[in-house]
Amino acid sequence: MILSINIVENNMLNMLLIAAIYLGIFSVAGLFLVLLERKVAAWFQLRLGPNRVGPWGLLQTMADALKLVSKELTGTVKADKFLYNLAPYFVIISSLMALAVFPFTQEFQAFDINIGIFFLIAISSIGVIGILLGGWASNNKFALIGAMRSGVQTISYELSVGLSLVTMVLLTGTLQLSEIIEVQKNGWLIVQGHIPAIIAFMIYMIAGTAETNRAPFDMVEAESELGAGFHTEYSGMKFAYFFLAEFINMFIIAAIAATVFFGGWLEPAWLTPLGIAEVFPAIGVFWFLGKTFALVFLMMWFRWTFPRLRVDQLLTLEWKYLLPLNLLNIVLMALIVWLGLTIQI
Amino acid sequence: MDTNIANSNLKSEDYFINMGPQHPATHGVLRLLLTIDGEIIKKVEPDLGYIHRSIEKMCERDSYQQIVHLTDRMDYLSSHINNEAVCLTVENALQLEVPERVKVIRTIIGELTRIASHCLWWGVMGMDVGALTTYFYGFRDREMINDIFEETCGARLTMNYNIPGGLMFDIHPNFVKRTKDFVAHFKTKIPEYDKLLTGNVIFQKRMKGVGILSKEDAISFGASGPVARGSGYSCDVRKYHSYSALDKVTFNEALKTEGDSLARYEVRIQEMWESLSIIEQLIDNIPEGEHKVATNAVIKLPKGEFYQKVETARGELGVFINSTGTKNPYRLKFRSPGFSNLSLLNHIAVGGKIGDLVASMATLDLVIPDIDR
Amino acid sequence: MDLMKVNKRAVMTNEALQNLISSWNFELEFTEEGSQFLNISVKPESFHQLMSQLKSNNETYFDYLFCVTGMDWGKELGVIYHLESTKHRHIIVIKIKTDDRENPTFDTVSDIWKTADFHEREVFDFFGIKFNNHPNLKRLFLTDEWEGFPLRKDYVDEINMVIK
Repeated sequence: MILSINIVENNMLNMLLIAAIYLGIFSVAGLFLVLLERKVAAWFQLRLGPNRVGPWGLLQTMADALKLVSKELTGTVKADKFLYNLAPYFVIISSLMALAVFPFTQEFQAFDINIGIFFLIAISSIGVIGILLGGWASNNKFALIGAMRSGVQTISYELSVGLSLVTMVLLTGTLQLSEIIEVQKNGWLIVQGHIPAIIAFMIYMIAGTAETNRAPFDMVEAESELGAGFHTEYSGMKFAYFFLAEFINMFIIAAIAATVFFGGWLEPAWLTPLGIAEVFPAIGVFWFLGKTFALVFLMMWFRWTFPRLRVDQLLTLEWKYLLPLNLLNIVLMALIVWLGLTIQI
Repeated sequence: MDTNIANSNLKSEDYFINMGPQHPATHGVLRLLLTIDGEIIKKVEPDLGYIHRSIEKMCERDSYQQIVHLTDRMDYLSSHINNEAVCLTVENALQLEVPERVKVIRTIIGELTRIASHCLWWGVMGMDVGALTTYFYGFRDREMINDIFEETCGARLTMNYNIPGGLMFDIHPNFVKRTKDFVAHFKTKIPEYDKLLTGNVIFQKRMKGVGILSKEDAISFGASGPVARGSGYSCDVRKYHSYSALDKVTFNEALKTEGDSLARYEVRIQEMWESLSIIEQLIDNIPEGEHKVATNAVIKLPKGEFYQKVETARGELGVFINSTGTKNPYRLKFRSPGFSNLSLLNHIAVGGKIGDLVASMATLDLVIPDIDR
Repeated sequence: MDLMKVNKRAVMTNEALQNLISSWNFELEFTEEGSQFLNISVKPESFHQLMSQLKSNNETYFDYLFCVTGMDWGKELGVIYHLESTKHRHIIVIKIKTDDRENPTFDTVSDIWKTADFHEREVFDFFGIKFNNHPNLKRLFLTDEWEGFPLRKDYVDEINMVIK
């Protein structure tokens, strides 16, 4: 399954085919993530979780999706109809677009762009426009507060996500994701960059969780404060788009972390002598997804353990602690790279 | 602001939001009309009555045995203690001495009710500040208590176990053993609660210094229960106006002086320990004897006014009966703890954020049917 | 043990309280209702003054107003206040009455005890008793357009009330 394509050479049909495959895979993956979250939540909460639809409840979210598709699309009378309807697509499309640049394994990458990391940061900040639009256009006070919180939160934490990735770019010297992985054949970046890389990883995970609006940073929804936040007035499939986008965003944040810090589809160094990857290159997908899901689990762990921050504490954390730390960390990383103190295997 | 022409010409309106009556944080059908400035609360105005059933008016047509059952539906999390309050009032009015066995059993079940109520409060408290897992931990332990109740009283929530003159029936043979099992179990679980929520940095930041209520205000607002004790106002009815078997046990009144949400939280956690200790002191020494004394089928209270206060899980519940000597009370008033505690919400929430309002409201532990009655 | 301390501290008996309060030159009536507390009936005119003195006087120091009950005695309407002192732990009951069923009005005590704000609104809601100088006297439980005052004895509602 070689999907590495050169846009100039390949025709429209090829592109559409790939788009369809990606769309198909990731709507299913999104549903699976929802199921995973529910199962993980259940394990944390002394429950069983979904276990009635299909074996181990595997088809539960499929059934939920079917239900949502068949539901009536309600809305408020005084909503700004155009923006109201546009918002969910903004959110879902921006998160699906981000998926295009990930290298799932060697040669399995839809769009190997030379500004990969930059593209990811840019595209993931478009999603917030959808949330702002949704909150504003639905003409609901709770939704508006939720949307405003989202704007504040995403703009703040965007900085930390960006800067922590920039720290790692200092180490790789490239923004292209395939090359970032190439660099890591000498050791995962979290090993190569040791102390500053670990700091960058921690900041990235905190800021990444905040950027996906997940607990403990779920100000935007904060069901005990705002009911449902920005998507209060959405129902049916439009709500499902928001919901799905949240989970795909979580996947994206984890996938970026897996690619940039943990070697992407590369197998652990101690397995290289066995030569499995040479015989069977597709095993890279396993490693990539394994690392990603480990990080996704970490984010779920956060969610089901921590209480929520208050909105001003959220901003204090970013502007007073994470951002200065991040800037210092960049200097530290630059020093380490300059002095050649990286660990190469 | 006549001098400031620029400002006087600007038309500005307050931003209102309706919190409730179907809002997750109000735990029932309480409606709060919030005036906010961005995230900051300027005014909180409670609007009550969504579950008002006029229990006081209904009591005026009911017999005293029937009234006991109505009280379950007020503060449904302390239903046993509510029942006890009415029974004690009637018994005092009739000058009826109930057997020691009844007193001890009432106290044990009352304290179990308190723990069950605090378990539920702890669960939803965590949920209100965004920690969803606490809910299930709280319910796991509450479930054990409910099972004990189910076996003895036949009901899990609205127990109707008390009747004027004693108890409806004797305790189940398993009661003592299961209660002891629960006490042993729960002693290992409160530290778990602390580990999961109390010690969490985010939780501490959310609660410390939020919703501060001074001791003077607590008294002036008629606060009672853990809300008042978090402000350093010693008001435990079990201490000052002891009833049932509470004079036979030693326990400490949980007191904190900070007056913030965290203090109210810690008082409740401490109260669970104290309740466990009360149960432990009584459970091995339930006196033998009858589980009720005979009363007339139609209870007629002597002419006069009778007042009894008890300490429910939320604070001081008062029952005021004005009797004209007939089989119904002429006027019956319930002084509910939640009603007074709610009245101070505006006072502690103004100036805070929306998140603070939710956090402080959670530590008030409001049960809406108790407020509306 | 705290309880012992409370008992040892000289709790003023009802009799002592009665002697003290009757020395204050108010027109009072001490009533026996078979209740364990001291009951005092006071004229509406001197009500507010008595209440503030009950709170401010160091020997009485009734700083905790825990129960406000609206009453309909059939002919008269009135309010019963239960007061407790957090310092001395004694309890007293104050009653005010009026014959005026059309427009019963008393002074508010919400300036003395903040809790009275809500409790008086409740009394207004169910008994139609108005309170002078109350900061926000409006319906609390019932809707604004509700007619009549349900806890009065002469209230009639053929649909919602089940009379046995």
